Amino acid sequence: MASEASPAVCVHCGAPCRGLAVRRHDRDFCCHGCLTVFELLQENGLGDFYRLSDRPGVQVRESAALDRFAFLDEPAVRDRLLDFSDARSARVTFHLPAIHCVACVWLLENLFKLREGIGRSLVNFEKREVTITFEPGKIPLSELAALLTSIGYEPTLRLDSLDAARPAGGSTTLYLRLGVAGFAFGNIMLFSICLYSGMDRFSAPVFKPLFGWISIFLALPVMFYSASNYWRAAWLALRQRTLTIDLPIALGLAALFTQSLYEVGTGTGAGYLDSLTGLVFFLLIGRVFQERTYQRLSFDRDYKSFFPLAVRRVEQGIERTVPLSGLAVGDRLRLRHGELIPADSRVVGGGAVIDYSFVTGESEPVELGVGEVLYAGGRQMGGAMEIEIIKPVSQSYLTSLWSHEVFTKSRDNSLNALLNRFSRGFTMAVVSLAFVAGAWWWSEDVSKAVRAFTSVLIVACPCALALSAPFALGTAQRLLGRFHVFVRNVNVLERVAGVDAIVFDKTGTLTASGEGAFGFIGEPLSGVEAGRIRSLAARSMHPHARTIANSLVAPESAEVQEFAEETGSGIRGKVGGDPVLLGSIPWLRAAGVSCPETSTANGSMVHAAIQGRFRGSFVMSGAVRSGVQPMLTALSRSHELVLLSGDNDRERQLFQTLLGEGARLRFGQCPADKLAAISELQAAGHSVMMVGDGLNDAGALRQSDVGVAVVEEVGAFSPASDIILEARNVPAIAALVRFSRGAVSVVWAGILLSLAYNVVGLTFAATGRLSPIVCAILMPLSSITVVTFACAAVGWAAHRAGLATVLNQEKPS
Amino acid sequence: MTAIYLMLPVSLLLALIFLIAYVWSVRSGQYDDTRTPALRILTDDAGEMRGEPVSKKHLSYKNP
Repeated sequence: MASEASPAVCVHCGAPCRGLAVRRHDRDFCCHGCLTVFELLQENGLGDFYRLSDRPGVQVRESAALDRFAFLDEPAVRDRLLDFSDARSARVTFHLPAIHCVACVWLLENLFKLREGIGRSLVNFEKREVTITFEPGKIPLSELAALLTSIGYEPTLRLDSLDAARPAGGSTTLYLRLGVAGFAFGNIMLFSICLYSGMDRFSAPVFKPLFGWISIFLALPVMFYSASNYWRAAWLALRQRTLTIDLPIALGLAALFTQSLYEVGTGTGAGYLDSLTGLVFFLLIGRVFQERTYQRLSFDRDYKSFFPLAVRRVEQGIERTVPLSGLAVGDRLRLRHGELIPADSRVVGGGAVIDYSFVTGESEPVELGVGEVLYAGGRQMGGAMEIEIIKPVSQSYLTSLWSHEVFTKSRDNSLNALLNRFSRGFTMAVVSLAFVAGAWWWSEDVSKAVRAFTSVLIVACPCALALSAPFALGTAQRLLGRFHVFVRNVNVLERVAGVDAIVFDKTGTLTASGEGAFGFIGEPLSGVEAGRIRSLAARSMHPHARTIANSLVAPESAEVQEFAEETGSGIRGKVGGDPVLLGSIPWLRAAGVSCPETSTANGSMVHAAIQGRFRGSFVMSGAVRSGVQPMLTALSRSHELVLLSGDNDRERQLFQTLLGEGARLRFGQCPADKLAAISELQAAGHSVMMVGDGLNDAGALRQSDVGVAVVEEVGAFSPASDIILEARNVPAIAALVRFSRGAVSVVWAGILLSLAYNVVGLTFAATGRLSPIVCAILMPLSSITVVTFACAAVGWAAHRAGLATVLNQEKPS
Repeated sequence: MTAIYLMLPVSLLLALIFLIAYVWSVRSGQYDDTRTPALRILTDDAGEMRGEPVSKKHLSYKNP
């Protein structure tokens, strides 16, 4: 337990106990919210929560007003949120981003102890979701959401929560197919081994046909269920007159099966059923490996997962929470600090300080007065304000971006793009070789000719070849995932390797937004002075004041008296008796402070004066992330670099030096401009990677060949993209490109390796000497060597690209 | 060697039972979430685990 001397930490959430701290039950709490949760849990026999994990709680910032979730009980909203409901009970799935530890799982699964009417609740940790069964008669949905919020787990209710079509069980079928193939493979192998080892020699020849027929019986579900995707894909390829890798696979499978059927039927041999089922089994394992996705992350989000589900509408002076879908032009809304503007609207009351950084990339919040127009997607950084909607939600400035045609056509998600290019020639070669071999033997012996024909198709079946890409790129994807670089699917890596132009967004991507983007010019502040400034800044909602309050490391000193905020100028107050001023130079001068001439070259500044004496300036410029410079220098050698920023060009000089003289810089770009700029580059023959973070980049991310979304925190909102990158890993983009190229080389090496096996097999096949046992050895051997090679070589490529040193490895959560 | 005639159907039946068990486990959603059960086991001694289902209908691992 913390002693009195050192700052105590909250038993519930682990935050340091400061101004609002409470001491009760012999324990320290950082605020009343945490204390309330603690008491609630103790009273309901859930005290074990604090034994399971050290300070497991989540700070409760705001006590949940009961009416906040009232809109959830409206039938239109409720029916679309519920997974299931009947007369007596209902089931709902909430996304709770606050879930982070074992104790959370335990608490949420014991939710029924807190309130009558709650039944079973089940947590999915990976997805940060809880599924709760409850009786709506005893506890309405709104109260359930309020209860979760009151214990610190506020459900994410975004506009897209209503689009309930959750794709479920996509992998279920794949697992079933794999299971059936494995079952058949294992059993057929037992029979085949008996035959290979010459069982018939010391027993009656009766077993040979019997085992053959049992094997065929076992192989049927593999042919028609497990491998059905390959038939479908091959049929599709034929109809579209393209030669994909699925075609030779399907040909090989068909040849294997008919040849086996013929041999067993005529009693001439045992067939290749073990090779057939083994092949399908390996191929499906490759598919499972390849389709590994990150459940926590969504790569397909649009503005709907950014916008809230409900807002507060003012009706005849009374606030009511209404779903966003129920808004109409002319409605009046009340927004508080930190809330999002849901539709283009006009200010009708209160001070608007709007942060558009996520929408336009403009890093400075703008202050707007009554009557001025606000655009959807901006965030209110000031206090409460009232607005009137002038455009419907779906037709606002930002949301209309999603009606651009880029968003209507689906992205190229065909698997194995690289392999398909290669397989065109491969398929042609195999089919012609099969015909040549067949024709060669035709004059001599017809049965031998047929045998040579099918043998070529069997041996050339590109199983090992098809495994090379999923295993090499799948391993690469998993390695990157370990470093918190999340790749949508393995084909993205192929595209990364082919990129020759990289476009960066500025704010939030190359520069850090929010805290950290901060400096002080002037004589260093003493501890007392810093404390005074901090106390004053903490009183204001202005984003600059918040940055100062959050960045200064000093204890808040005394009470602030005579606090006054002048919009657009600064804040003043008496801290511990000393008058403190924070604001612009003209405003300080007007207050009688003599100020030196300072240049406001980069970003904006806030100037401070204590006791009428000028003390220095806080610089708010968005700082370039550390490590970005060497990354850009490395990339500028091999790639064309472009900067697209929604910001004004006051930092042009800085970024021109950063990106190199050859780089093109464009400032003041609106979302549609960015999209157009990418199309322009593509039209000029470039393969473009776009790195951006905001909704304003959504169009560009989508249009580019590889869209990289930068997020401050995994699981936070990011626009639709191919790669999700943690902000601290931005400097690793150069290594990422290097590594992708390495991984693609590994794929090619794997393809060559499997081709070598094919050549060996083909010499057997074309001469008509392919026996089942040669096939049974060659096929698994080639698959296993290719898979082992692919995985090991990608590990080596990661080592060579220096991934581990560049990417900040996360401690296991 | 005649024992084989008995062993063959028995072994196939056994294998089939395992296949059916596997299919059941996949269908009931046991492969949907492989992370949470590993955490849940850590809290087994911390009081009662889960609430009584409101109705038997929902007693399933399956998430929607």
